[in-house]
Amino acid sequence: MSLQTDRREFNERTTDGIGNPFMRNAVSSAQDSLKTRRLSAATALGDWEQWRTLGQQIRQHTLKHLDYYLGQLADNIEKKGGHIYFAKTKEEASGYIRDIIVQKKAKKIVKSKSMVTEEIEMNHVLMEAGCELTETDLGEYILQMDDWDPPSHIVAPALHKDRRQIRKVFTEKLGYTGDESPVNLARYARTVLRQKFLEADVGITGCNFAVANLGAINLVTNEGNGDLTAAIPKTHIAVMGMERIVPTLEEMEVLDNLLCRSAVGQKLTSYISVIGPSASGETDGPEDFHLVVVDNGRSGILGSEFNEALQCIRCGACLNVCPVYRHIGGHAYGSIYPGPIGAVITPLLGGYDDYKELPFASSLCAACTDVCPVKIPLHEQLILHRQNIVQEKRTSAAERLQMKTAGRLLASQALFGKALRFANPASRLISRHGRIARGPQLVRGWINARDLSQPVRQQDSFRAWFDKRKGREGQ
Amino acid sequence: MKVSIFSTCVVDLMTPNVGIAMVQVLERLGCEIDFPASQVCCGQPTYNSGYLEDSKLAMKNMMRAFEHSDYVVGPSGSCIAMFHEYPKIFKGDPQWELKAVALKEKAYEFTQFIVRVLGITDVGASLEGTATYHRSCHMTRLLGERETPFQLLEQVQGLQMEPLKNSDNCCGFGGTFSVKMPDISEQMVNEKCGCVTETGADILISADMGCLLNIGGRLSRKGEPVKIMHIAEVLNHHNPAAKKEEAGHEPANG
Repeated sequence: MSLQTDRREFNERTTDGIGNPFMRNAVSSAQDSLKTRRLSAATALGDWEQWRTLGQQIRQHTLKHLDYYLGQLADNIEKKGGHIYFAKTKEEASGYIRDIIVQKKAKKIVKSKSMVTEEIEMNHVLMEAGCELTETDLGEYILQMDDWDPPSHIVAPALHKDRRQIRKVFTEKLGYTGDESPVNLARYARTVLRQKFLEADVGITGCNFAVANLGAINLVTNEGNGDLTAAIPKTHIAVMGMERIVPTLEEMEVLDNLLCRSAVGQKLTSYISVIGPSASGETDGPEDFHLVVVDNGRSGILGSEFNEALQCIRCGACLNVCPVYRHIGGHAYGSIYPGPIGAVITPLLGGYDDYKELPFASSLCAACTDVCPVKIPLHEQLILHRQNIVQEKRTSAAERLQMKTAGRLLASQALFGKALRFANPASRLISRHGRIARGPQLVRGWINARDLSQPVRQQDSFRAWFDKRKGREGQ
Repeated sequence: MKVSIFSTCVVDLMTPNVGIAMVQVLERLGCEIDFPASQVCCGQPTYNSGYLEDSKLAMKNMMRAFEHSDYVVGPSGSCIAMFHEYPKIFKGDPQWELKAVALKEKAYEFTQFIVRVLGITDVGASLEGTATYHRSCHMTRLLGERETPFQLLEQVQGLQMEPLKNSDNCCGFGGTFSVKMPDISEQMVNEKCGCVTETGADILISADMGCLLNIGGRLSRKGEPVKIMHIAEVLNHHNPAAKKEEAGHEPANG
């Protein structure tokens, strides 16, 4: 897999999403329950707004001094006997990981969920190198078993499936014979996965935050699979986006609090671990630790008008409140990063050629901006993207002309007055019983589903009323 | 108190009765009203579509139109929220930044002005019926106003308010979004209509005509008998002066 999960046109993908009742039901009920849980977990922390401000400050400070903290992280990891590798491109990143695997003659690999390894197409590279790779996050494991169905949510990758579909996948692919209760399905997956952990030569994990002054990484999971992936195999490779770093444990604690509450409405998840190269004499943990720091376009975002997008802590809260995501689901975004944050970062990482529709897939309701625990102004960043797309002349010539005309019309009373004079007579040509029944391409989609009254006659407009009234008063 | 009316292009063009109701309520509350005639539109449709330079023309026109006003009051949380964005948009522009700040500071949404500036919650309105209220996203989130419509509606005699499920979810209008992505927008407005009819209310009230045209248009297409009313019309209800003035101004298809 890569950043891009679906090469079809955006329209085809959304039509698919809208026409999928299973997915929509799963997504909207998850949204409804997560919203309530998030709210109560947030309120329980105290002044949530102050916590958000603190989260924003920590992220902004770290990004501003990113070079310093990455340097400190590298020093501390090497001091403890680990290795750190800075990869400029996705090819460099997955190539480095493949080289380690080849060098170790590793065959079996367990992996704990990491978005960035999807971004660098690592699975593909390692399977080509002849490795057996097992996703150990329950959601990711279900997707792997379902012929590598792409993830549809940042935190809950298989959110689009319900228990019946999961049972079907397990039955067909693994010979599962039990019922569709989540407990039995999870128990079954655990039995299979436990064996994979024990056999693995290498464990690959993501990283929620690297802690600079410790030379360690922080993993946040509910299933313990991250810890097992890091602790059992002899070699542990952790992969992080270059911005996912905090100065010390103190900042990590604040961000973990914001992350868990925003993502799943929990105070903390079941496992919050800080791990890194094992100290000599320690009996658990890997013999060999590697941290791969991935740039892959991030340094281009750093310091740009989209800098705030790098504050993201991947909690998925913006997806959980987004009314557009609610109806089209994650796959419609065609990227491993769906929802509002995906609509912001996917075009930055993947370019406008493939993703110029995403910034327009929002009603700008700002629910995402409101909920973001580190205060990324998501809806404003979508407008910035739109401005760039317009500036690069990627919108249609017809639209550019319409907007230029509208721009002039809406800035001049004289021109607007003229338009008013024509609006009602013109609309009569396409109306039936005072309702607009058909229309130019521009509004066709709208009136296909809704009744729209004709504009009023110019003499009935509000400004005509006000003028008439003023005249009466003056008499 | 001197108040300049910002009628919004939607009200001017589609639902003048909302503007009329707003004027009559404010006058009844003792305001002296004027209507700077050079005003047109806040520039939001083009701005939200990414056409920054085209939208700046409309914005500058509005700053000029209201330059000498004490207060600017409009019947739309969304359009007033757009005024509140001007200082960010013109930041660093020596000619316009200060004007943008000045407009932001004196611009209020209709209900916000009555409650927060005039300090009034009971405007003496009465309306028999059951209603539910649609919060518009821009009013609640961008303008940051969640309270004032409810404070005013609570005091309307005879009106019973029913809570709306998932009231924070967008109705799918989003200006040009509903035109550019009609399929997604339709799903959103469908769900909103379902929540509205579930309340059993006869009337759907909002402080934004954009949302009301969107939801009302869909309700009408589905044949649902729910009536839409802008909050200014609700607050102007049972005002004897209103009846008299409107009688002489009944739009052909209002």
